[in-house]
Amino acid sequence: MTHIASSARMTRIASSVTPLRTGVLFLLAAPLLIGPAAAGPASSSILGALVQWSPLIFRGFLLNLLVSVLAMSIGTALGIGLGLMLSSPVAPLRRAAWLVTQFFRNAPWLALLFYCMFLLPFEIHVFGLTVPLPDWLKATVGLALPVMANVAEIVRGAVQSIDYGQWEAAKSLSLTRGQTWRLVILPQCVKRMLPPWMSLYAVLTMATPLISVVGVQDAMAMVRAALSADGRPELLIPIYVMLLGWFFLYCYPIARWTQALERRYAVHA
Amino acid sequence: MDAVADWFRWLSQAHGINFSLFYDSYDGWRFVEGLRTTIALSAVAILASIVLGVAGAWLQRSPRAAVRRGVAAYVQFFRNTPPLVQLYFFYFAIGGLLPRVADAHGTAEPPIGSFAWAAITLSLFAGAINVEIFRAGLEAVPRTMIEGAKALGLSPFAIFRHVILPLALRIGLPSLTNNLVNLVKTTTLAYAIGVPELLYASAQIWSEQFNVREIMTVMLVAYVGLVGLLVWAMGRWERAWRIPGYAP
Repeated sequence: MTHIASSARMTRIASSVTPLRTGVLFLLAAPLLIGPAAAGPASSSILGALVQWSPLIFRGFLLNLLVSVLAMSIGTALGIGLGLMLSSPVAPLRRAAWLVTQFFRNAPWLALLFYCMFLLPFEIHVFGLTVPLPDWLKATVGLALPVMANVAEIVRGAVQSIDYGQWEAAKSLSLTRGQTWRLVILPQCVKRMLPPWMSLYAVLTMATPLISVVGVQDAMAMVRAALSADGRPELLIPIYVMLLGWFFLYCYPIARWTQALERRYAVHA
Repeated sequence: MDAVADWFRWLSQAHGINFSLFYDSYDGWRFVEGLRTTIALSAVAILASIVLGVAGAWLQRSPRAAVRRGVAAYVQFFRNTPPLVQLYFFYFAIGGLLPRVADAHGTAEPPIGSFAWAAITLSLFAGAINVEIFRAGLEAVPRTMIEGAKALGLSPFAIFRHVILPLALRIGLPSLTNNLVNLVKTTTLAYAIGVPELLYASAQIWSEQFNVREIMTVMLVAYVGLVGLLVWAMGRWERAWRIPGYAP
């Protein structure tokens, strides 16, 4: 019963935060809206230059967000599987999953990114079809790997935090192992996993500029291109501050929301 | 040593598995230098970030609201913006505006080099998270403990130094370990501003020898080893500081 109540609570939280998120999205989209109107001959003022370059940088920023959402989705799907393997009663499976998790958690993100950029093919052949793998997609896979390992740890921690009595109670109700997972354990885990999962998403989003180091044209790469095209040193600080500000506007609300969820759940623990 | 080098040279010639750093002395030297730079960068940033964390957590208890707000702004800025953009901001934007000074050879050099900027940025980034860790630790110290210290006539600084801080550090140690592991992994970002650390040295080797797979594997093993070493050291620190019979 508890998980039904908790999912209702979750919906309430989600709906209460939506206005905040739309507000942030609007703030982020603002440069795109004013961009076309202002894009004319190169302006000499710093503010003018910022307005002139921001549509280009913002398109890069959208790629950062796309990569973060995709990498989070792939990483979460794989990580849940890996996390369940970490809590498997089959010892060899558990040990193999542990090894994979430890490796991808302790390897630096940038090193894994290089690994994927160099070692993934530029196209793959499946069922006679040739699917191209552009750089940004390879980079997404590179970011999804550490996300997978971190999600696996979050899942394992949540599963372990469920009281053993829950398993026994499910058994006494003659639920099968699959039913116990689906109906009893996982619904209770979701509540415990949500705050660390959201922090992980924020960390991932802040790691996305790393893809510029391996040659993907994201917001960071656009900033550097704009700076070298403009060639004005006085533009350095404002343009970097603008990019830092966009990331802050996106990540800070997530951090506050996570804190609010943590506090909310702490009372019920 | 020669037998090992010969074996790896044979492996490269016979099977094309080229671990050049184990038989080519120049590649080996570059890799070891990279490892040394990574260790030096990690060590400096770990120490500085712990100092920043303790100082920040102490300042957050200041009676002056402006000081508390300043620390909070620092923490939120560094926690919610990408570390790579912070690094570029400091290296290119701030560093680029500093006046150049002539070095011993008469060439104009920036006053703060890339290693120093990487150390500064990483310390500030990890320090911000350490402030939060130590603040949580300070808040977890029982009030009765502080009242007891006050009753013994200790000054506010002495209470912080001898009662609150030792307990808060112990409470925060597991989270500190996590953050420091993350810091060691983040030192790879220094690659982007050309600090010759492990990733940079490895990239130099594989772009000359075309042995990405092999060097990349050795490099990842080296990083996982470094992190393992740090986790082991922190575990020893935790055990050494344990107060028998006291569970915070």
